[in-house]
Amino acid sequence: MKNKILWCIFFCMGSLLMAQDSLSLEVNAYAIDNLFLFVCAVLVLFMQAGFAMLEAGLNSAKNTVNILFKNIMDLSAGALLYYILGYGLMYPGDGNGWFAFAGFGVSEAGVDPASGALHPQVDWLFQVAFAATAATIVSGAVAGRLKFSAYLIYSVVLTGIIYPISGYWKWGGGWLDQLGFYDFAGSLVVHALGGFAGLAGAIVLGPRLGRFGKNGHSKVIPGSNLALSALGVLILWVGWYGFNPGSQLAISGAANTNAVMLIAANTTLAAASGAVAAMLMAWSLYKKPDLTMALNGALAGLVGITANCDSVTNIESIIIGLVAGLLVVLGIKLLNKLKIDDPVGAWPVHGLCGIWGGIATGLFGGHPLVAQIIGSIVIPAWAFITMFILFSILKSVDLLRVSEEEELIGLDISEHKEEAYAGFQIFTVE
Amino acid sequence: MKLIISIIQPEELPAIKEELLKRKIYKFTITNAKGQGKEIPVQEVYRGISHEITLLIKVRLEIAVNDEYVDAVIDAITTVAKQDGDKGRGKIFIMPIEECIRIRTGEKGTTAIG
Repeated sequence: MKNKILWCIFFCMGSLLMAQDSLSLEVNAYAIDNLFLFVCAVLVLFMQAGFAMLEAGLNSAKNTVNILFKNIMDLSAGALLYYILGYGLMYPGDGNGWFAFAGFGVSEAGVDPASGALHPQVDWLFQVAFAATAATIVSGAVAGRLKFSAYLIYSVVLTGIIYPISGYWKWGGGWLDQLGFYDFAGSLVVHALGGFAGLAGAIVLGPRLGRFGKNGHSKVIPGSNLALSALGVLILWVGWYGFNPGSQLAISGAANTNAVMLIAANTTLAAASGAVAAMLMAWSLYKKPDLTMALNGALAGLVGITANCDSVTNIESIIIGLVAGLLVVLGIKLLNKLKIDDPVGAWPVHGLCGIWGGIATGLFGGHPLVAQIIGSIVIPAWAFITMFILFSILKSVDLLRVSEEEELIGLDISEHKEEAYAGFQIFTVE
Repeated sequence: MKLIISIIQPEELPAIKEELLKRKIYKFTITNAKGQGKEIPVQEVYRGISHEITLLIKVRLEIAVNDEYVDAVIDAITTVAKQDGDKGRGKIFIMPIEECIRIRTGEKGTTAIG
């Protein structure tokens, strides 16, 4: 009798423990996945530092305050707008596939703990980091001549409206998604959008003074600090481990873990082969290994692998990176030929290689090629046309470009009355 | 008293400094300078665009000495600076000094220089 009671107690406690175990497994998986996304969001936010350093280094010293200011403001103003408007536009939950709005702000309530369930707040954090990346790509392309106020207007429009709408078409489940278009982490949705917005800005603005000679030949406006540029690119490379692996959105469970690890390795291989290919291409074309080309090449590889990093093999990643590295050098050459002044190579890196990423997803990733081609045309066209209109409106009311005199003095003094390198000899007007 | 101003190549500075110290010439001032001479301009390529750099980096050396040290200074510079026929090796200018005052003591003339 005594034994029977003891057995009964053991049995009850056992089943109670088991129930607790399965509950705590779910809670743990919930914590792990949310922690994973949180860390990745922070890595992607850190890419802002990379962009700031890359662009500061590739521009004249007299425009350093301005370029740093643009980088902090497209994140800050963009985050507020993406909170108020953007997130609801990009993830309306349902809608007609073209345009829908879930409402202002982001839910603060937690969700039922389960593997892969994401707290809405960390989801927003991850998404806003992507929106800021798309916005900040443009700051380099328009450097040295755009009015600061014009840049503020541009950033709120891009992160609040333009990026979320095309983002909805794909990641929000809109018409491009229904078509079968695939863009894992945003070669098109993020990078090509930013790259083509930057191209529109560079075209409407026109080149910096002295960038092209009287007979149309290209002239050099050298970067002021290649140490900062190299630091920036390496920060961006590291930040990309949040961008691509984070886009798996979960790491708990063997399938997710496997995917994340493949994505991380593919991302590395594409960046490395992009840098090598750009170095060799510049070396053979211009008889010297150009550091800034290799830096652009690493980024080009990263942009190219972003859409397909979960769908391709290691070897295919290397091929995608190599092609991106060649493309970026040719893209820079093409812009020179067309007399378009993009001081940091934002379009060759993010625009051209963003499209390459979309196409490569069809060529190597096993996704339908026609849908890839449609997506790779539609998103760049959307960004280019809307931003071309916006920059043209700003130009028509004379809000776009600083005066010749202000440009020669440098935007640091003329726009901000502030020097980046006060007291240093390197502040020269060239 | 003479003021010697010499434009030299930056990479020659450490050796010239050593030669000056060997000849007991301890006081001089240098400035980073850019100059354009008869030398062939340097061709650089930046992001696929080649450009010519005609203003090249130089060092400007200023030495104030008593007359008997002038030859030693010239010797120190020319020992190091290559006289290999290449253009753009720099120059040495020598000019008289009207007065020299040591600020700390108010001494004047040849004692102030040495």
